Amino acid sequence: MISGGMLRRRSEVLQEVRNYFVAHDFLEVDTPILLPSLAPEPWIEPIEAGDRFLQTSPELCMKRLIAAGEKRIYQICRCFRQGERGRRHLPEFLMIEWYRADADYRDLMKDCEGLLRAVAGTCSGGLLTRHGSRISLERPWPRITVAEAFSRYAGITPETALTEGCFEEVLVEQVESNLGFETPVFLIDYPGALASLSRLKKNAPGVAERFELYAGGLEIANGFSELIDPVEQRHRFEGALAEIRQDGRRPGPMPESFLKSLPTMPETAGIALGLDRLIMLVTGVDEIDGVVPFVPEEL
Amino acid sequence: MFSASDLRKGLKILMDGDPYIITDFDFTKPGKGQALYRCRLRNLINGNSTDRTFRSNDKFEKAPLEERTMQYLYSQGDEFHFMDNTSYEQLFLTREQVGNNLNFMVDNMEVSVLFFNETPLDITLPIFVNLSVTTADPWVKGDTSGSDTKPVTVETGFVLQVPPFVEEGDKIQIDTRTGEYITRVKE
Repeated sequence: MISGGMLRRRSEVLQEVRNYFVAHDFLEVDTPILLPSLAPEPWIEPIEAGDRFLQTSPELCMKRLIAAGEKRIYQICRCFRQGERGRRHLPEFLMIEWYRADADYRDLMKDCEGLLRAVAGTCSGGLLTRHGSRISLERPWPRITVAEAFSRYAGITPETALTEGCFEEVLVEQVESNLGFETPVFLIDYPGALASLSRLKKNAPGVAERFELYAGGLEIANGFSELIDPVEQRHRFEGALAEIRQDGRRPGPMPESFLKSLPTMPETAGIALGLDRLIMLVTGVDEIDGVVPFVPEEL
Repeated sequence: MFSASDLRKGLKILMDGDPYIITDFDFTKPGKGQALYRCRLRNLINGNSTDRTFRSNDKFEKAPLEERTMQYLYSQGDEFHFMDNTSYEQLFLTREQVGNNLNFMVDNMEVSVLFFNETPLDITLPIFVNLSVTTADPWVKGDTSGSDTKPVTVETGFVLQVPPFVEEGDKIQIDTRTGEYITRVKE
């Protein structure tokens, strides 16, 4: 159990996050967390609850609200992922997601800069801390492509890493530890094979408009320009379901209600940011256990 | 067989034919990618540490390790001789293998010896051992100016801090994990 002091700092961060989004004309929404179908992701395993699933992210319901006409929405909610437990992972964690209609991933990067500067400005003297090193939030924060980062820190192309089945290893062992120690860094333009629910770049279709935000080597957010083509989206979901089957797991159902809403969805950008990790950076606590009221082992 | 999700600190696995113990462990998952299990492992034969990253579908064999209770007999140079209490078989470990345990080992002590394929790797002493004090400064009664502890030497040659009332010839109990004094033992 964390101290009363840490509980209060956690609360301050949450309050400041809300202030930021309210001030920027975002509507707070709260969508159901118990769902009949999720976006199939090859490496995110849901927790089953009866004949439903606990949400791994509020993404699909929030996009349906955008498709129904909302322009700017945010949600602070708990997400659940089977088997994720480490120094920066919990099987149940606090996420903030926000969506902007008529925007792309570059707009989200600006949101990230604004949000973190506002939170750190109020809660930690304008700085973030990771493993004792201080991270300035002075802009601009570098945008570095996955290809540049892989070449610079590992001497390999992302395509080669994917073919050799070591993309994650290269990212975790060689790249991440270089990202975001002076200021936070955006790792942008993921290989198309890792596009997930993001759209491919119009002038470079091998690359997806997807980014991750890193501070002090810690990944805190994943955002993208949303894929809104229902045919392509169904095709990708089928691919993900096949991968899950191939890995010997039982895939969940296709999220038909979401696919049905896509035709009315405008160009949209959406992002998920791990709030527990943001609180780690604000408080300078290196392990996720130190910033949540209880960890699973204490329950 | 273990799978990657069984990995944790302290687990002993077989890797490239050698037994290893996991000394540090973290689960991580970059972005929407595959889970990685990052381990630091110590080779139980040569003591070398190595970092390895595993994936969810990696499988591991349990290291075939066995503990046997043996009696410490005597030392000869750098060889420390032990006898199996059931088979009466004798063997020796090197000074390097015995390591700091040497500070607390006396003849006829029962210890636990860890084997890998009939090769002894390591010994574990009882947590508490009783040793005789061979050298101690006398206790000056009424001396209130001195510190609360004084150094003494025990029969193995190990030096530790004890309360001032411990005298030469006393038996004291020591925690072998920390090398700290626990209590004076009346015989």
